[in-house]
Amino acid sequence: MAVSVDEAVSTGPARDHAPPARRLGGRGRSVLEVVLLTVLAVLMLFPVLWMLETSIKENRDVYAIPAKFFDFDVTMAHFKDVFVAPDGGRTALSVSFFNSVVVAGVSTLLATVLGVPAAWAYSRFAVRAKKDQLFFILSTRFMPPVVVVIPIFLMYREFGLIDNKLGLILIYAAFNVPFTIWMMKGFVDEVPAEYEDAAMLDGYTRLQAFWRYTLPLLVPGIAATAVFALIFSWNEFVFATFLTSSDSVRTAPPAIAGLIGGTTTDWGLVAASSVVFALPVLVFAYLVRKHLIAGVTLGAVRR
Amino acid sequence: MAGIEVTALHKRYPDGTVAVEHVDLSIGHGELFVMLGPSGCGKTTTLRAIAGLERQTAGDIRIGDTLVNDLPPAERDIAMVFQFYALYPHLRTRDNLAFPLRAEGLPKPEVHARVTEAARLMRLGPLLDRRPRQLSGGEQQRVALARALVRRPRAFLMDEPLTNLDAELRADMRTEIKHLQGELGATMVYVTHDQVEAMSLGHRIAILNKGRVEQIGTPLEVYDRPASLFCAAFIGSPPMNLIEVEVVDGKLHSQGGLVLPPPPGLPRDRRLVAGVRPEALEVTAPEAEGSIPARVVSVEWLGDEVIYVVDHGGQRDVRVRMPPTVRFAAEAKVGLRHTGGTPTVYDVSTEELVA
Ligand SMILES: Nc1ncnc2c1ncn2[C@@H]1O[C@H](COP(=O)(O)OP(=O)(O)OP(=O)(O)O)[C@@H](O)[C@H]1O
Ligand SMILES: [Mg+2]
Repeated sequence: MAVSVDEAVSTGPARDHAPPARRLGGRGRSVLEVVLLTVLAVLMLFPVLWMLETSIKENRDVYAIPAKFFDFDVTMAHFKDVFVAPDGGRTALSVSFFNSVVVAGVSTLLATVLGVPAAWAYSRFAVRAKKDQLFFILSTRFMPPVVVVIPIFLMYREFGLIDNKLGLILIYAAFNVPFTIWMMKGFVDEVPAEYEDAAMLDGYTRLQAFWRYTLPLLVPGIAATAVFALIFSWNEFVFATFLTSSDSVRTAPPAIAGLIGGTTTDWGLVAASSVVFALPVLVFAYLVRKHLIAGVTLGAVRR
Repeated sequence: MAGIEVTALHKRYPDGTVAVEHVDLSIGHGELFVMLGPSGCGKTTTLRAIAGLERQTAGDIRIGDTLVNDLPPAERDIAMVFQFYALYPHLRTRDNLAFPLRAEGLPKPEVHARVTEAARLMRLGPLLDRRPRQLSGGEQQRVALARALVRRPRAFLMDEPLTNLDAELRADMRTEIKHLQGELGATMVYVTHDQVEAMSLGHRIAILNKGRVEQIGTPLEVYDRPASLFCAAFIGSPPMNLIEVEVVDGKLHSQGGLVLPPPPGLPRDRRLVAGVRPEALEVTAPEAEGSIPARVVSVEWLGDEVIYVVDHGGQRDVRVRMPPTVRFAAEAKVGLRHTGGTPTVYDVSTEELVA
């Protein structure tokens, strides 16, 4: 399974080959570019920055009017509040984070385990009405998920899957399988079928050929696909809100949303839990960024 | 090593495409058998059916004495070299070679010995620790060949293995494959659409067209007596001149006045076409003895030979191959003379060789 993704993604010399037009564009143009990009970055990043700030501000600075940008007192109390209840036990929030990890992780695993072989089969075999099937699979993603929330709710009530982590895992996997199949089919198409043919002539069965030859070459693609699926499951809000109610089952998005409203809102706690919620996705995306690039450019395997 | 018998092979793909209409092949033990044909005629499909990678719709395939119709590729004991070499990119040459052996579960020393042997045969010594991406096209091809060798299979199948190489390297590899085949006494089925390759490699050549075998024969037979109009137009560069002829006074007369000696056993009352190789004609000075008046339409100087396209008043211009010592300019008035032996003659309606 040891395939080096680093080799697949060229990083080095691209910089040296900046098109000359760029340089000839002159100083004026590059200044304009920088200004525009800065404005854009500030607009995009301000809410994030504000969230970070609020999460470490003392409460009285959080509510200060006019708002304090720089000279506020720093505290880690909000982060402690996310995990530790006033009585010293675990908070409902911390339980919801754990639930999110379980639900997102297991549903992604499920979608990958089901989707990758399916993608392989669609890529390699003559399947009756293949195009129609693939279109049907994709079409399940055309509508906004909210549309099916009521029927799913009713169905889940029959099956006793309401307020059940398994229920969320299944529905997220169901949404991620089509995505995984489509994305992975692209990657599988890129791996020449001759590898498997050669392996079969060498004495392996078709499944062994897939497992030993094709799969290792698919690792970057699987990583990229899984990250996308993971992020979808981690962020999902609507189904989590409708299908869960108890603190012991809730995932983080509805739990954090639940902090807002009521008579008072503890904005420090909201900000801190949001930071905690956003962090894993950022870290994970950063760790696999090379896989992501390899995945998005589909350049992992060249003929 | 073993021979291969293909009987009444027919292959229709699920989408309805008939890739192989009807193919019978009988490939001898230790023979280098070439399948030649234009793109899309079903060469690859036939080869893949022999390998077991594609299940035929009808027909039988035997390797040695075994009917292999229902055997998976792994149990047919055959090696195949692909046009795209299919070397595993994450493995070094050494491991690429060892892979098929590990599949068999051979003991380590044996694997090592066989890899070393194959590497020696294909002169891969210095390349053993490189990965495919660090090898040139020709080197990759040698590794692919070596990988086919290590298993000592009963037969080798090669699907246009030299297509991706440049002309010079292709000629080298051709020699190498031929030499190797002889040395090993290997049964080899070699697919190509390059007639030079087919001619220079094959003990026998099968010419395929639209999923059918048009002719099977030695390179000489195929060149001298193409079995159909298709073969006549396919083999040779430039190919045969196909000249409509009539039988008058026991001789073949073309519309432009060319007179050719008739082969024995000509049928009567049919429209006939004579196949005349470009080297069986001669461009002469005008009104030379035995020549008919003609005009040079164009000239291709190829260095070691010259191809004249000549109009002699027939329906089609004819091509004539001449040594470079003879020089006529375009538009020159010349004579055209037949110097070869009896031409092959085809029936226009059946497109088959009749005499
Ligand atoms: N998997 C497939 N499904 C449907 N049709 C196919 C498939 N593979 C090949 N064909 C069709 O079958 C015919 C024969 O294909 P094949 O690959 O055997 O030709 P070939 O003689 O090897 O040609 P080339 O010289 O271009 O490689 C072609 O018309 C091709 O389009
Ligand atoms: Mg082919």
